[in-house]
Amino acid sequence: MLRRTLALCLLAATPLLAEDVTTFRLDNGLEVVVIEDHRAPVVTQMVWYRTGAADEAPGRSGIAHFLEHLMFKGTDTLAPGEFSATVEAQGGNDNAFTSWDYTAYFQRVAADRLVLMMRLEADRMRNLQISEDDITTERAVIIEERKQRTDSSPGALLQEQMRAAQFLNHPYGIPIIGWLHEMETLDRQAALDHYTRFYAPNNAILVVAGDVTPEAVREMAQRHYGPLAPSDAITDRKRPAEPPQIAERRMTLTDQRVSEPYVLRSYLAPERDPGDQEKAAALTILAEILGGSGQTSLFAQALQFGANPVAVYSSAFYDGTGLDESTFGLLVVPMPGVDLATAEAAMDAVIADFVDAGPDAEDFARIKTQIRANQIYARDNVDGLARRYGEALAVGLTVQDVQDWPAVLDAVTPEQVQDAAREVLNRNRAVTGWLMPTEEAAQ
Amino acid sequence: MNMFKLAALLVAFALPARAEIDIQTVTSPGGITAWLVEEPGIPFTALEIRFRGGTALDMPGKRGAVNLMTAMIEEGTGDLDSVGFARARDSLAASFSFSSDQDSVGVSARFLTENRDEAVDLLRRALVEPRFDQDALDRVRGQVLAGLRQDAKNPGTLASRRLREMAYGDHPYASTGDGTEESVTALTRDDILDAHRASIALDRIYVSAAGDISAAELGPLLDTLLGALPATGAPLPDRAPMALTGGITVQDFPGPQSTVIFGHQGIKRDDPDFFAASILNEILGGGRFSARLMSEVRDRRGLTYGIGSYLLGYDQAELLMGQFSSANGTVGQAIDVIRDEWRKIATDGVTAAELENTKTYLTGNYPLRFDGNRPIAAMLVGMQMIGLAPDYPKTRNAKVEAVTMEDVARVAATLFREADLRFVVVGQPEGVGSTD
Repeated sequence: MLRRTLALCLLAATPLLAEDVTTFRLDNGLEVVVIEDHRAPVVTQMVWYRTGAADEAPGRSGIAHFLEHLMFKGTDTLAPGEFSATVEAQGGNDNAFTSWDYTAYFQRVAADRLVLMMRLEADRMRNLQISEDDITTERAVIIEERKQRTDSSPGALLQEQMRAAQFLNHPYGIPIIGWLHEMETLDRQAALDHYTRFYAPNNAILVVAGDVTPEAVREMAQRHYGPLAPSDAITDRKRPAEPPQIAERRMTLTDQRVSEPYVLRSYLAPERDPGDQEKAAALTILAEILGGSGQTSLFAQALQFGANPVAVYSSAFYDGTGLDESTFGLLVVPMPGVDLATAEAAMDAVIADFVDAGPDAEDFARIKTQIRANQIYARDNVDGLARRYGEALAVGLTVQDVQDWPAVLDAVTPEQVQDAAREVLNRNRAVTGWLMPTEEAAQ
Repeated sequence: MNMFKLAALLVAFALPARAEIDIQTVTSPGGITAWLVEEPGIPFTALEIRFRGGTALDMPGKRGAVNLMTAMIEEGTGDLDSVGFARARDSLAASFSFSSDQDSVGVSARFLTENRDEAVDLLRRALVEPRFDQDALDRVRGQVLAGLRQDAKNPGTLASRRLREMAYGDHPYASTGDGTEESVTALTRDDILDAHRASIALDRIYVSAAGDISAAELGPLLDTLLGALPATGAPLPDRAPMALTGGITVQDFPGPQSTVIFGHQGIKRDDPDFFAASILNEILGGGRFSARLMSEVRDRRGLTYGIGSYLLGYDQAELLMGQFSSANGTVGQAIDVIRDEWRKIATDGVTAAELENTKTYLTGNYPLRFDGNRPIAAMLVGMQMIGLAPDYPKTRNAKVEAVTMEDVARVAATLFREADLRFVVVGQPEGVGSTD
């Protein structure tokens, strides 16, 4: 008991150490974030475009991600494949990823090779060349990707179906990889349309993290990204909004490849907004309290421990970093012999109790301690910091919001967490999915 | 197409890079040795411990005991039960994770400077005096069994298990260290205690630390944390047989794709030709987009989302293996392409440009791995496990640079043996059948 209290006091006295961050903007609108970490002679460059799967034209699902693949083909001055080959010849690694709200590209290299990475990344921001051959083979690759990551996984298929049901009107309900029947029709023109509309310096964020100075980055960025023309097609990111959700949705996916049945629930939940992150912070802590730890969370205690446990595994999860409304998720994997209805009822009983009683004071304090310590641990991973800033800026948050976030989390009260649970954990705004094995496989 | 003159730039940039880390060797008053990289910039320490042996130490009929024991180290010690232990750890904002593989039991810890002594004391109690309560055993066993049932429906796991069974005869490597439903169900608390005594001992320990801790502080910490462990554990396993033969094995599994694992005998880490072999593997199937397999199977033909090969080194066995997925209708074509590439590299070797580019990649990439306390600590303990010296990060790139065209041609001719390749195909491939 004494040890615990002492540790809390110590951490509470530790100032929330911020990372070393500088920001500026070029005349053409490119936003630049520099995160300094001089421990190793390494640098990461990331370019984040403020466009993703939720910005696709209707009927062209998957085009944002398809374009991400095509960005590794040629430019006016670079042959297909030469981009990655050049990075690799420098000992570097490169890759890219697409979400609903953004598409990001990155390279990790020795710090003295940053200027070449900027030259390459700036080149493909405006000068991409795509041939019909590129389209044919790379479309086959993304279809294989869908088969591997989605169609071969009953759990991924259930999540895809649930998301489509969660969002009645917002394009967040469309899978990033795309619906197969639409992926098969994606062509060169669709890719170029998406590219010319969204890929421009005034729709991008450059994050440089590692052994660099802001002055050097400014000079290099000015030289390579500075001459790029901004796009006049960039508009406010207004997507179709959700209507009031007033009816619970439920579904069951049955598949012979399922071994462990489970119940998965997702609720529509608010996201972090600029200058207004309190509710998202409360939900972040709520997820931790309900299902963050396999030993101490409320779910673990109620469902996995005790004389008659109903679950093998349980968790709760929430990530509020998005442009529009997010989701709050719950998962319970029942013990063999416990049916899904029983597991779900037990899960709902934990939630009902929590909404009545609110957080336990000790649980709450312990989670706050960990949140403070995570600020220290996070500084060990400069790539992680680069992603944190890039993602936040790409979804409309500011550097100030990112830097305020730990303090906002720290200021959350038990009452705010209880209120957030009461408001968000409403089954009229939720989708509940059951994943089940087919009868034959269950025997 | 009018190219950038990038080649000229490359030469200017391609100076041999060296990992600039300073590894100290620390021996505690009690005689425990650790490697240390001191980095006071962030007030925490990353600590890595390995015990050689791992799940291959499971006794006959007790497969899964070391794995289950390892998963239970965090389930309580002394007056703390599972929940009490988790609360104590989380209150200190420390993180401890325990893992096992065929050759080792691993402990990965990180703790803040401000409460280092308390965190180390808690970790010591868990590691040296675990409770292994029956209720925790039953709960964690349930999780392991659920994992085993999931594995039985996972094509990638099914494929690697099949390959393992075919390769390693009656050696422990022939089966997964997680055990079987039958063996795990039968494990008792005594089996868990036996597994703890067998696998966690000072005669097989490797330790590294990186972060906000000095050599003078680390020495006594090692004795406090580990000094009470038993001196010796169970005898280590013998060399594994290699029974893998060339051919194709198909295992039926529903789905749109087939998952394929392929391989044959590899090369020992301490073989003089190891560097040539790893350069060759990098050229053929390394994790880069420009590797031959990625280029031929993915970029040119669109047959897969990803493919790679790797030199797998166990303590007592070596494999050269690879993995990919492809639609059931195209998997046969992909296998043909791989066979072609295998023959081509064995017969024709690689080009001078490929060798140079790959050396530049490997030497340039190496320092990028040492970019945080946690990755540095993990690298350091891994180096000790494979018998490297503390100056290895300073000498490693010279060894890569020293590989010649003659070396790679000679090694390629013996390393890549297309006729010996075994493909395990899990799926419903069209036009591909088992050969035996």
